Amino acid sequence: MAVSSLAAEGLACQRGGRIVVPALSFKVEAGSALILRGPNGAGKTTLLRTIAGYLPAESGRVAVTDDKGQGTGEGHFHYIGHTNGIKPRLTVIENVSFWQSFYSGAEDVEAAENALEAFDLLDLAEYRAGHLSQGQARRLGLARLLAAKRAVWLLDEPSVSLDTASTRRLETAIRDHLAQGGIALVSTHLDLALGDAATVLELKPGRAFAA
Amino acid sequence: MNAFLALLTRDLTLALRQGSAIGTALGFYLIAVSIIPLGLGPDLALLSRIAPGILWISFLLSAVLSVDALFQEDRDDGSLDALAIGPLPAELIATSKSLAHWLTTCVPLIVVTPLAGLLLNMELDAVPKLLATLAVGTLGISFVAGAGAALTLGLRRGALLLPLLILPLFAPFLIFGVGALSGAAGAFSQSILLLGALSLFSVAAMPFAAALALRLSLE
Repeated sequence: MAVSSLAAEGLACQRGGRIVVPALSFKVEAGSALILRGPNGAGKTTLLRTIAGYLPAESGRVAVTDDKGQGTGEGHFHYIGHTNGIKPRLTVIENVSFWQSFYSGAEDVEAAENALEAFDLLDLAEYRAGHLSQGQARRLGLARLLAAKRAVWLLDEPSVSLDTASTRRLETAIRDHLAQGGIALVSTHLDLALGDAATVLELKPGRAFAA
Repeated sequence: MNAFLALLTRDLTLALRQGSAIGTALGFYLIAVSIIPLGLGPDLALLSRIAPGILWISFLLSAVLSVDALFQEDRDDGSLDALAIGPLPAELIATSKSLAHWLTTCVPLIVVTPLAGLLLNMELDAVPKLLATLAVGTLGISFVAGAGAALTLGLRRGALLLPLLILPLFAPFLIFGVGALSGAAGAFSQSILLLGALSLFSVAAMPFAAALALRLSLE
């Protein structure tokens, strides 16, 4: 669990053979967050997917330092993309419990219920996930962040289809995660209130500037 | 290991709740087996002789019907992304998926095979032998199919391409599966051993091919 930093060293990201993010370097320490901003096509998703290991980096590397030393961060990531990763035929609690036992190897009913409570879904626990609204489904997708503890959260537009109250719950979840020594990389168009722990990285098509 | 069981249990639960994939395969199998005699005419001796071949071919076609959904749903709803960064290597994800296919498609088909054999006037003492060849051979079938499903993942109209890709690979299974029931001296023991070898090779090798394809599909 304990990760002390995530660093990108000259990380250039490609998608479909085209370099989308040219050589980028940054370091995120435990307990802090990096907000990725930029217009459509600036490479926010590509950067997050490269860090997660889905896309091979064009050059440079991602270095995650944990208690065992430096590595690629395998096993430390949670990734939330544009889709929620939930199964419509499972109930809300079954969806969370599955990800919990998949990631952590054991079911912990209390932690699963707390995760649902944090995103205001506990009343719907026995409900089929297929009947959820867009926003509720998004919250269920986010609930796996809390059900299984992992140190680095890679969140791609996590607040999509969330209402104001749910966005506050998301902010709370991220702030709590940071307070426990976690790391979060969040691409967003909204102003998430994450306090002093967050720095902003402005991505521009073809260039990147640290602000 | 817990993650492997969690994934397998989830896939079995989903297959049972959905039901349509199992139902489609069973329906297709029984319909194929019942209409073939209509095209062959009322020659019971002929039917009885070619019954193992008809059953094996119908079985293979039925088993392929639902294969394209094996990874596709997980990819479309984002589960595959989340599975890929979990504790399970892609090889074991593919193994779990192929095993789930065998348990939810092949096993129900094997269970109704005696009934299908009855429709084809199959000799009763050949039925246990046929079930043995199916039990041994179809495990490998599911693993070949799993690799095929991973390869065509994300292709438009991949569901149509998939049978073209994997049905030719089923040929050796079919040859030894039907050969075991030819009635020649020693044919059963030899063929079923070769069938077992084929199956074991598929179980051991196919997850690596599937894992390679899965990793590429995430890009």
